[in-house]
Amino acid sequence: MREFFESYIVPYFNFWVYVILMMIGMFAMITKNNLIKKLIGMSIFQTAIILFYVSLGVKDGATIPIYFHEHKEESHAEGTSEDAHHKEEESSHESVGPGILTDAERKQAHLEAGDHTPHGEAAGHAVNPDEFTNPLPHVLMLTAIVVGVATLGVALAVCQLIYREFGTLEESEILTQIKQSNHG
Amino acid sequence: MADQSPVIVVVAPLFAALLAGLIGMREKRACLPLTLLGLVVSLSAAIVLFRRVLAEGEVRYFLGGWDKPLGIGIELRIDTVNGLVLIVIAIVSLISAIFSFRPHGQRDTEKNMHFYILFLLLCAGLFGITATADAFNLYVLVEVSSLTSYALVAMGSLRRGTVAAFNYIIMGTIGASFYLLGVGYLYMQTGALNMEGIRVVVNQPDVLASKAVLVAFVFILTGVWIKTAFFPLHGWLPNAYAYAPTTSSTLLAPLMTKVFVYVMIRIMLSVFGLVWVFEHLSWSHIVVWLSVIAILAGSIIALTQTELKKMLGFLIIAEVGYMVGGAWLADEGLWGFKGAIYHIVSDAFMTSCLFIAAGIFYRRHDCHDIASLDGAFKRMPLTMTGLLVGGLAMIGVPPTCGFFSKWYLIRGGIDSGHWGYVVALIISSLVNAVLFFRIFEIAFFGKKPVEHADHGDSHGHGEEHAPAPAEPTGQAPMPTALVALMLSAGFILLIGIFNGQIMEWISLTVDPLNPFTKTPPL
Repeated sequence: MREFFESYIVPYFNFWVYVILMMIGMFAMITKNNLIKKLIGMSIFQTAIILFYVSLGVKDGATIPIYFHEHKEESHAEGTSEDAHHKEEESSHESVGPGILTDAERKQAHLEAGDHTPHGEAAGHAVNPDEFTNPLPHVLMLTAIVVGVATLGVALAVCQLIYREFGTLEESEILTQIKQSNHG
Repeated sequence: MADQSPVIVVVAPLFAALLAGLIGMREKRACLPLTLLGLVVSLSAAIVLFRRVLAEGEVRYFLGGWDKPLGIGIELRIDTVNGLVLIVIAIVSLISAIFSFRPHGQRDTEKNMHFYILFLLLCAGLFGITATADAFNLYVLVEVSSLTSYALVAMGSLRRGTVAAFNYIIMGTIGASFYLLGVGYLYMQTGALNMEGIRVVVNQPDVLASKAVLVAFVFILTGVWIKTAFFPLHGWLPNAYAYAPTTSSTLLAPLMTKVFVYVMIRIMLSVFGLVWVFEHLSWSHIVVWLSVIAILAGSIIALTQTELKKMLGFLIIAEVGYMVGGAWLADEGLWGFKGAIYHIVSDAFMTSCLFIAAGIFYRRHDCHDIASLDGAFKRMPLTMTGLLVGGLAMIGVPPTCGFFSKWYLIRGGIDSGHWGYVVALIISSLVNAVLFFRIFEIAFFGKKPVEHADHGDSHGHGEEHAPAPAEPTGQAPMPTALVALMLSAGFILLIGIFNGQIMEWISLTVDPLNPFTKTPPL
């Protein structure tokens, strides 16, 4: 039992939580009679997926993917999310150096210079990607959160319309009203 | 400009929506011209783009010039398949915009500024879904088009539309969330979001049998099937389309399900690759049998309906069965697969034509009952002609596109030995024949043939049709609505006549990826 617990539950704790949350959300969406409760279920369902994505970026002993620049430049602030990818591509871009460059290349070189020089002590020292959590899933989830908020907004607006038309938010009552109007 | 054509297709309706919001606040009448303008720009960009694809092969476009695959670098990739779908979306939405014209001083949904903003945003979303080559962007654009379509369904004057929209929201959100979850599993396994990047990793021998990829595929497929209304997951569709405002349903019915079938095809083709889907997975039998059930169920439920738009909704469910089944036939020449893509094109125009005709009838009669079409041919000959063309295409009568798509699909069915699928297609055609000839009979000859014993010669004019049915209360059809109807009917015939050319274009993209003839390049 303990072995099972340690090998299946503990290492995948986040994933178990996300599955359970998702099932709770789905249960509410399917069984609840009140439309607002259905929407609460929908929100839980979407949040569970966010938890899943956020868990993807986690690495053991890694820190947040922020670089401490020696030369504080405004332009680097937006580079943080891309940095992780530059790290992966480091080897292929090593040859890029200063000289006569196109705009895109200069931008590239600029960002890389930002990668190499700052981070703590050694300039030009290659950054080890294992030291940082993967920021990409988090960035994706920012979009998904916005989408979830928008969906909830539209759904609540539709609920308002339903309430205006039927005077209730209970699904069973709405269905009886529809049935009556079909027969009448 | 030609270099930028991939992004112009997507962005033109987006900017038009912005302008429609800004200008529409002061001058409501400017909304429709702006909509038309945006869509015409999109259409011309799509045509320019398609010519470029034919000349140069696949066109790749990187937003913002980030042309290194930085994980989330947004790429638009156009080949002949989605080039074609882009043109179809542009034409169908343009036809729908023409149909939406309402005379001044009426209180229709279509006179509303918000309607056109949502209309344009929906088009932008659909163009984006079709053009993108990035799995996560696909999700975002799916949500853009879904959110707008929820609103478009809910804004009608029918009270049941709101409940239908609510169910649509719940189902649609589950579908999109499943897709998102699938993309998460894919990202976990492959570390890529670009479709090509994913395909390269998925097809590597050590990843081939990965459980994570399998789970991802199941989630993505289920999500997309909910959105396409594939039979057991179709619950939201009939009510949503039947109780939506007329113009909304002429836009949503032809495009939403078809674009999501395209998404399924794109995922099979580009994200997992046909080798993985057909050879590694070998599920085609199961999926084709599911589609057989979908076709039969859709057709049989359609038989029981008394409302025109609801009946058409169930026919769409049967048509989705055609396309999903066709795509999974896995015959050697991939005729089923190509036939499914051709059917996306033809079915878009068929449903557009039928829903426009249904919309005109609704405005005339203020009710959807098929029985109210009694003697409609004499009152509205042009509308009936449109319905006739659409109906014949649904049945599959030769000069129309419906015949040729069924031809290719059946050929795929025979080649792969799926006799169940072939039989289901033929039964569904017969059911369609019964359905539409029932409508034609009511509309051409009137409901009560006993009272007019001489209905043999009332075929032409029948002046002695004295006890004419009660004159309908609604408005006469707008000339613009008739133009829209004739346009889509014309396209049904054109696509049918030029089916060889269209199949050739589709083959340009699909054939090199055919796993049964040679190993495709990874």
